[in-house]
Amino acid sequence: MNALLALIKRDMRLAVRVGGGALMGAFFFLIVVVMVPFAVGPDLNLLARIGPAILWLGALLASLLALDRLFATDYEDGSLDLLMTGAMPLELAVAAKAIAHWLTTGLPLVIIAPLLGLMLNVELTATGPLMLTLLAGTPALTFIGLIGAALSVTLRRGGLLLAVLVLPLTIPVLIFGVAAANAAIVGPAPFGPPFTILCALSLASLVIGPVAAAAALRHGLE
Amino acid sequence: MRLSGENLACVRGGREVFTGLSFSLAGGEALLVTGRNGSGKSSLLRLMAGLVRLAEGKLTLDGGAAEASIAEQSHYLGHLDAQKPALTVVENLTFWADYLGGGDVAPALDAVDLAALADLPAAYLSAGQRRRLSIARLVAVNRPIWLLDEPTSALDAASQSRLAALMRAQLAGGGMIIAATHGPIGLEGARELQMGPA
Repeated sequence: MNALLALIKRDMRLAVRVGGGALMGAFFFLIVVVMVPFAVGPDLNLLARIGPAILWLGALLASLLALDRLFATDYEDGSLDLLMTGAMPLELAVAAKAIAHWLTTGLPLVIIAPLLGLMLNVELTATGPLMLTLLAGTPALTFIGLIGAALSVTLRRGGLLLAVLVLPLTIPVLIFGVAAANAAIVGPAPFGPPFTILCALSLASLVIGPVAAAAALRHGLE
Repeated sequence: MRLSGENLACVRGGREVFTGLSFSLAGGEALLVTGRNGSGKSSLLRLMAGLVRLAEGKLTLDGGAAEASIAEQSHYLGHLDAQKPALTVVENLTFWADYLGGGDVAPALDAVDLAALADLPAAYLSAGQRRRLSIARLVAVNRPIWLLDEPTSALDAASQSRLAALMRAQLAGGGMIIAATHGPIGLEGARELQMGPA
């Protein structure tokens, strides 16, 4: 337990000190979402309709940003070798890194989502459920992204391959996240079913992601 | 405690690095692995650290902790130093001490003479100082087997003699050392395993 907390603390410290930290992901999210009204035009009704979808896409891309360096820096400086010699199984070490990644990348997105919802003319009553869907779904994005990051760990410029591997796997999360958000806003469809499926996807990825990523790392390191 | 390897073989990148390697080492003994570049010294150490898969043969540890693998009971000191430039010296060492099972950081920094630089970001360390910080990790966390890959590279004479003293202390405590090296590292009475064509 001590080892798990030490790893989470170290990764969070590094995320804050290096490369702009938590704010960078949130700023990227902000920029992407701000560009949409410029591209689409001032049609408020259209913006309100696609608002949740844009927020989810922005969250997805912002999460992808930091995934590239998740394992690559540890691989390049030899830390990954030593992480594998701890008493903690590699699966747990990988999960710890993912938790730290979500706390510094996913959680800030959830927190600034209301501000961005305002820019996209999302109704005030809908921002609560919207934040809830992001809170339930961004862990899935991180844990699924783990798999791509582990597969591309030995590549120097693995960013694009990572995106190609990860984005298709996150499609279910995207679909149910937007469906839940839309159900809360527009509504005849109930909020419950898509939201619970979203939670289930997150919980499943919490297990599958680290196991798959650890297997990929072991093969990549040989 | 006895670490023995029987008929070990290693394949990396499709190329057979070594085959038919056998050795046996008891607690308190040191083994120097020598050989030409490319003969498989680093691969042998990585194999023992569990980082490379064993293609053939068996590696067993008698008398160690029953539930732990060999990797969990060894320290691997490789060419890369596993230090984060953004963290300070003491933060780097504290992290590894906490992660690898606990140990005292301050005496370890004193043992390698880095106590004065404890709050310096690791980005500003020289190569020799980074190596000494890696050695501090071995001192901070107590593990019976030390797997050292060219431990004296980048070290000045004073640091080399400090390392030799630390290695002697490890052997005196019943631990074992396997070191890949090109030259003497100050351990008298160590056995030698020469890698190369039979």
